[in-house]
Amino acid sequence: MSESPLLEVTDVATHFDTDRGLVHAVDGVSFTLERGRTVGIVGESGSGKTVLSRSIMGLLPKKGVVRHGSIKFEGAEIGTAKPKEMRKYWGAHMGMVFQDPMTALNPVMKIGNQITESIHTHLDVSRTFARELAVSLLESVRVPDPERRMDEYPHQLSGGLRQRVCIAVALACGPQLLLADEPTTALDVTVQAQVLDLLEAQQRERFMALVLVTHDLGVVAGRADEVVVMYAGQVVEKASTATLFSDMKMPYTEALLHSIPKIDQPSHARLSAIPGRPPDLVNVPTGCRFAARCAYVQDRCRVEQPPLRPGTVFGHEFRCWFPVGTPEGRDALERNQQQASATTSADQI
Amino acid sequence: MGTIARRLAQLVVVVILSTLFAFALLRLFPGDAADAVIPYGTAAQKAKFRAETGLDKPFFEQYATWLGNLVQGDLGKDYQSNTPVSDKVGAALPVSLQLMLYAQLIALVVAIPLGVFTAYRVGTKADRAVNTGAFALLALPSFVLALALAYWVGVKWKPDLPFLGQIPVTGYEPGWLEPVFGQSAGNIGKHFGTMLLPAISLAAGLIAVYMRLLRSDMIATLQENYITMARAKGLSDKRILWRHALRPSSLTLLTVAGLNFGTLIGGAVAVEVIFGIPGIGTLIYQAINARQIVELQSYIAIIAIGYVLINFSIDALYVVLDPRIRRARA
Amino acid sequence: MPEPEQDPMPGLVAEATRGRPIDAGTIEMAAVETGPEVRRRTKKGLGFAAWLSIGWIALVVGLAILAPVLPLDDPKDSITEIARRGPLADAGSAPGHLLGGDFNGRDMLSRLIWGGRTTLTVATIAVIIGFVFGGLLGLLGGYFRGKVDVVVSLLLDVLLAIPAVILALALVTILRTQPGTKGGGLDPEVALILALGFVAIPVLGRITRASTLSWSEREFVLAARAQGAKHRRIIRREVLPNVLPAMMSIALLSIAVAIVAEGTLAILGASVETDTPTWGNMIAIGRINLQRAPHVVFEPALMIFFTVLALNMLGDVVRSKFDVREGGL
Repeated sequence: MSESPLLEVTDVATHFDTDRGLVHAVDGVSFTLERGRTVGIVGESGSGKTVLSRSIMGLLPKKGVVRHGSIKFEGAEIGTAKPKEMRKYWGAHMGMVFQDPMTALNPVMKIGNQITESIHTHLDVSRTFARELAVSLLESVRVPDPERRMDEYPHQLSGGLRQRVCIAVALACGPQLLLADEPTTALDVTVQAQVLDLLEAQQRERFMALVLVTHDLGVVAGRADEVVVMYAGQVVEKASTATLFSDMKMPYTEALLHSIPKIDQPSHARLSAIPGRPPDLVNVPTGCRFAARCAYVQDRCRVEQPPLRPGTVFGHEFRCWFPVGTPEGRDALERNQQQASATTSADQI
Repeated sequence: MGTIARRLAQLVVVVILSTLFAFALLRLFPGDAADAVIPYGTAAQKAKFRAETGLDKPFFEQYATWLGNLVQGDLGKDYQSNTPVSDKVGAALPVSLQLMLYAQLIALVVAIPLGVFTAYRVGTKADRAVNTGAFALLALPSFVLALALAYWVGVKWKPDLPFLGQIPVTGYEPGWLEPVFGQSAGNIGKHFGTMLLPAISLAAGLIAVYMRLLRSDMIATLQENYITMARAKGLSDKRILWRHALRPSSLTLLTVAGLNFGTLIGGAVAVEVIFGIPGIGTLIYQAINARQIVELQSYIAIIAIGYVLINFSIDALYVVLDPRIRRARA
Repeated sequence: MPEPEQDPMPGLVAEATRGRPIDAGTIEMAAVETGPEVRRRTKKGLGFAAWLSIGWIALVVGLAILAPVLPLDDPKDSITEIARRGPLADAGSAPGHLLGGDFNGRDMLSRLIWGGRTTLTVATIAVIIGFVFGGLLGLLGGYFRGKVDVVVSLLLDVLLAIPAVILALALVTILRTQPGTKGGGLDPEVALILALGFVAIPVLGRITRASTLSWSEREFVLAARAQGAKHRRIIRREVLPNVLPAMMSIALLSIAVAIVAEGTLAILGASVETDTPTWGNMIAIGRINLQRAPHVVFEPALMIFFTVLALNMLGDVVRSKFDVREGGL
């Protein structure tokens, strides 16, 4: 049984018209997603991952936005849809969980009402049924004492509980696609795993497609089927999770991996952050956008932008002239390291 | 609890000091008070007046007696007509209250939808047009608008409307609040007819202020994450505006509207005089003109107390609403 | 004097980007969050409306200053032919006098110009008084805080508890009369200025205090203190130069409010005697003839309206020019 993928993102670009010029927030991103599968979109802040998720949902500001490319949901084009048309999808077919649960919930509205409101918008049911449904939703996201919580306000709940409520709200009408934008970033480390487990469980139960947006490679490690790494608005590497971790090609991905603190590191070990800052999205550099911070950079990188090329494994794409693990890559790295030591010793003379 | 007690104490201090100030100020009213209050009285009457009001006693003793009387409800009397001041206040207060109420209602009914609409359609031509209109309205003094309305209705239009009747340019017909203060009610239709123009004159400036306040708070609220989340739930724009965005945005508006209840009493004087509405403002105006110091003391005291009380209630209301709304707005 | 309107609209770009490092991510989020507003804020130069306002104020002030040397009719002179005649009047228009005459036959145009002179003088001096004394109080309270602020705030609150119009009215009455006699006492114009000025003190004091409070908490003030600078010096060199620009727009708005206040008091009979015209008292005496000769009332009314509008516009423009620096990155 071959069905078209649930979500087809093809060459999507989102630019913002600001005083400083056109901000190329998302520049040519493509991937597909089937029901029951999870894709992780990983990148630093400013990489365009949040704008991408909002673009998929269609939750962009009304003015000053230029969009290209196509976004197909169940075969229907939604990239060019107006908000009125998108409203049929929102909540009913596509749900979204936001980064900060405190600001995502209306502070003056009871939790129960925020859930039932969504139910009443899309389903024609009685108030009692809606309330029962809401209570069972809270149960399924493992909020203790759900009956009581229905009448409480967001500020009366802890951060982790609030995020569960947000998840319940997003799932209320049984959407086929769930987008989670950094769902655990604002939460305690101890609570993060619980929330992620919850998302996974819900996905399995409901056979949903899940888009997990995060800056943390560790989050996608055990939970995504496919990973899309973004940098400065572009996709720089795309692979199944296993391939990505075992055979990564993009130096940026490697640097991201090394910046994750490991549980078995000695406590005073230095965290290796990636030096430098992301490039200006208005005046994008010619050549590779990661060149200024790349340990493998060569002259070619600064001049010519590498295209997205397939790797050895099917489905693996990356954007690099001197990829990790290849002879050219290793040479490039060595050359840079020698140069670096040469200049430092030159300084010392 | 401690803060409420402290605020209450602060209040009492302010009330005492402002009444003291008013008291002292009126002592500065030129001339012998007896000459001012009963200029045509005989020497004996004046002497009796001085004894009654304790004008021959030292300042603070006078103040203490007066304060004592005030607390017991004795507000002195108008010596020219020999009416107790409390009666005059009882007659004028419902008039002023009704006027304030109508002005505020008109202002809110017009300003709230405008504020919501312009925040929703921020940056569009409609938004700019409304903003310009509000800006112009702010520059229009209420007495100018009052005169313009009086001219247009009284001279040019001269309408005869159902229920409201001919809209008079001066004069007043009692309404529904008078019975509460012990007076008889009047013809409600005529009452609204007499109050229509003064209420509009006062409301115009309020509309501009309220609309801009609500609009700017709404614009900020509409940027909040929970509004985007509400959109992501598939809710209609109308529902989001009125059910989600309006409530958190209305705090500043409600505060200012509340405070205006205090300021409208004094601020309505000119409008009252132009339209011949016998409210508290007119009462004070007449007392000042007639140099009725004893009356004036009581009026100013009542207003000061009322104003301070309203301020206090609004502060208290903030404390009640505060835990739910965790945002620091200037 | 009722409190001047302050537009609380936040600087949206500043708010969207406050506290975050400026890089690609910030621009992206600012754009996402503020949309169309991002374009509007940084329009260079003054708009058409602002120039119109400046023009009008320049015209009014210019005429006011030049009044004695302009070829105008004597505002106190009665010319019977034009009595109660003018645009919209029942009796028809006045020959040779564009704006007509009032019920005494005095030329409206010259009365308007001379009236502007008096009104603007009264308003400006009243605001200056308010600023000097109110500003001083506010500055002291906002800077020193603690006990000083308690006293200052109490003082301001007490004065604010009495409605401004009523207080001004009472003051004018007190100041205009001499003990025991009728007439005498202070010149009505002086009494008016002092009354308005006094009523302006608590309002301007409160605003100055708020502004001083916020500036005194900035780091450069603490830095100056740490260097051992005396209070007087800090106030003069660090706080005042920052508070003053913000107060400039308040000053313009206050003058507008004072003009309206003069009108209100005139209707209540507390302005200068009617031989000397002010826009306010022209309206007050014209009220009786509203039906037959509306121009007597509406010409000064329009003057007030346009001048207040222009001052409000200018005050807004001045504030937005300084606000950019305030909320700047």
